[in-house]
Amino acid sequence: MKTESRLEKVLASGALAVTSECGPPRGARPEKIKEKAELLRNCVDAINVTDNQTAMVRMSSWAACIIIKQMDLDPVFQMVTRDRNRLAMQADIIGAYSHGINTMLCISGDHPHFGDHPMAANVYDLDSVQLLQTAVKMREQGVFQGGKDIDNPPKMFVGAAANPFADPFELRVLRLAKKVRAGADFIQTQCIYNPDKFEQWMEGVRGKGLHEKVYILAGITPMKSAGMARYMKNRVPGMDVPDEVVKRMESVPKEKQPEEGIKIAVESIDRLKEVKGVSGFHIMAIEWEEKVSEIVERSGLMPRPEV
Amino acid sequence: MSNTFEPEIVAFCCHYCAYTAADMAGSKRLSYPPNVKIIRVPCTGKVDAIHIMKAFQKGADGVYVAGCLEGDCHFKNGNLRAARRVQRVQALLDEIGIDSRRVEMITMSAGMGERFAKTAREFTEKIRELGPGPVKAAERDFGLSAAG
Amino acid sequence: MITAVRKPMEEIIACVSPYDRILLAGCNECVSVCSVGGRKEVSLLSSALQMHFLKQGKTLEIQEVTLERQCDPEYVEELVNSVDSADAVLSMACGCGVQTVAARFREKPVFPAVNTAFMGASERQGVWSERCQGCGDCVLGITGGICPIARCSKRLMNGPCGGSTKGKCEIDTDIDCAWQLIWDRLKALGLENRIEEIMEAKDWRTSRDGGPRKIVREDLAS
Repeated sequence: MKTESRLEKVLASGALAVTSECGPPRGARPEKIKEKAELLRNCVDAINVTDNQTAMVRMSSWAACIIIKQMDLDPVFQMVTRDRNRLAMQADIIGAYSHGINTMLCISGDHPHFGDHPMAANVYDLDSVQLLQTAVKMREQGVFQGGKDIDNPPKMFVGAAANPFADPFELRVLRLAKKVRAGADFIQTQCIYNPDKFEQWMEGVRGKGLHEKVYILAGITPMKSAGMARYMKNRVPGMDVPDEVVKRMESVPKEKQPEEGIKIAVESIDRLKEVKGVSGFHIMAIEWEEKVSEIVERSGLMPRPEV
Repeated sequence: MSNTFEPEIVAFCCHYCAYTAADMAGSKRLSYPPNVKIIRVPCTGKVDAIHIMKAFQKGADGVYVAGCLEGDCHFKNGNLRAARRVQRVQALLDEIGIDSRRVEMITMSAGMGERFAKTAREFTEKIRELGPGPVKAAERDFGLSAAG
Repeated sequence: MITAVRKPMEEIIACVSPYDRILLAGCNECVSVCSVGGRKEVSLLSSALQMHFLKQGKTLEIQEVTLERQCDPEYVEELVNSVDSADAVLSMACGCGVQTVAARFREKPVFPAVNTAFMGASERQGVWSERCQGCGDCVLGITGGICPIARCSKRLMNGPCGGSTKGKCEIDTDIDCAWQLIWDRLKALGLENRIEEIMEAKDWRTSRDGGPRKIVREDLAS
């Protein structure tokens, strides 16, 4: 084991891992993060905590991670490179680790353009690949990005994101290869609504043997309504929602659409379980955390392994 | 003053259309106001923003640029360029507090003598209603003479 | 070249309104090429300002001078005579020109009439796009001649991000995805493998982050 991470242990055991996520509140409301996290107890192995997601100010990821850790749950500390330079990011990695947080995810983050502070400077001192390198270097070599020794280096289990659906498609496997080379331990993918294209991507991943070097968690987001399906299709950059999925959501009456969305999620998990190289699932139920346990249960992924 | 105000209009007219149309209006004995002073240009594309501004600075109350119908420019797209420049001058006039209706882009063909006369009458009336341009207004209100 | 756009007239008017005599200084270099601060624009602004103030009952005296290069003290020296008869200088040059004039005439208020924008290239008549951020350590040789720092909205060194859609950037479909351009160019050059090489964290000291920069050429400096 490289780290104390519960997620690492589950993945190493060979079981399909399950992670989910919580968006911290937009205010000093620790009880909100507790409520959300409590809904995920016993049905996931680790809980991602987003970092100013969609470039909107929220409770800081590391602070919300500490709250979750204190509940005896396992947070995944998400870190975007948009908001802080390499000094601040490394400081936060040490700080979080000092509070027992041992799993993190490195991403570049949405551009400030999308959020409520479009006038903010976007930092991008490092990009996601370079942040990955930095966190891995801190753990493996015990040195900062700048080269100086760390007194008791933080040992993070380090993840990265991958979007199999963004353009250019031919680059998507190569970009994953780059993240693997940078030292990624696990990957959480963008939500999958087009399993055919995902499988095509996985074929490329296996072709390069990447599935043997990194754990890949397939992203699943249940849709609450046909409106959400249309929004995801038309408005979210880099999202691939085929027409059939939108039509299927539209084909049932409004009050039954949430159930249809969950059905699609469960069917996707069932199908993707069989795909070689898929090591687990990352269920992002946006403001719908109460449905995660049902999805995990119906997908036959309960109970979660004791490690 | 409003009773005695006679607008002075500068019309930049393209040699290939509006200027010929003005000729035709004359030969057909169509009357149009003497307020309109015609400046012949080889193409309205030759009219720069500064020419329009200088016309105002020299005392014009209104300026229009009269070029060929769309697609008929002798130099391909001089009239379209002129139209965009007129828009730019309109925006600039708005910014400095001068009514942008004092500038206009007009198109016509060489054979439209009637249209030339009608345009001259209508534009003159419009400017008459808007009152004296920036220079004359300053003369009237402050006794200032044009700066140049 | 350095590109710029004219400031709103309201702002320019507010700057010059306390004064009666203005020296309006253009520049024949970049701002002339991007049609914002050359001789033509100087006369247009002069005309607009004079008419604006005339309407308010004030005759604003304006001397129009367009220097060969306003960021060069040698040319700024040409203002020596005209500056005496002006209460303030309004410069249509980029920020470099404005500062050179301000440094030379310490007791004369100097105002910018344009907002300096970016280092860009002309795409076609009337359209300029950002191409360089002057990071001080050019990577164009390895990125196929397309700069990820100036042209990727997140200045990713290992792009593209997950938001690249049909060759366009996620923040605006008018912006090309720099990494799509890089990839296309590397393919055309037969250098596809290069996309797998990690570009290491950049040393930003050569950029503005290392403090204001200066070049001293010993062979030329006097």
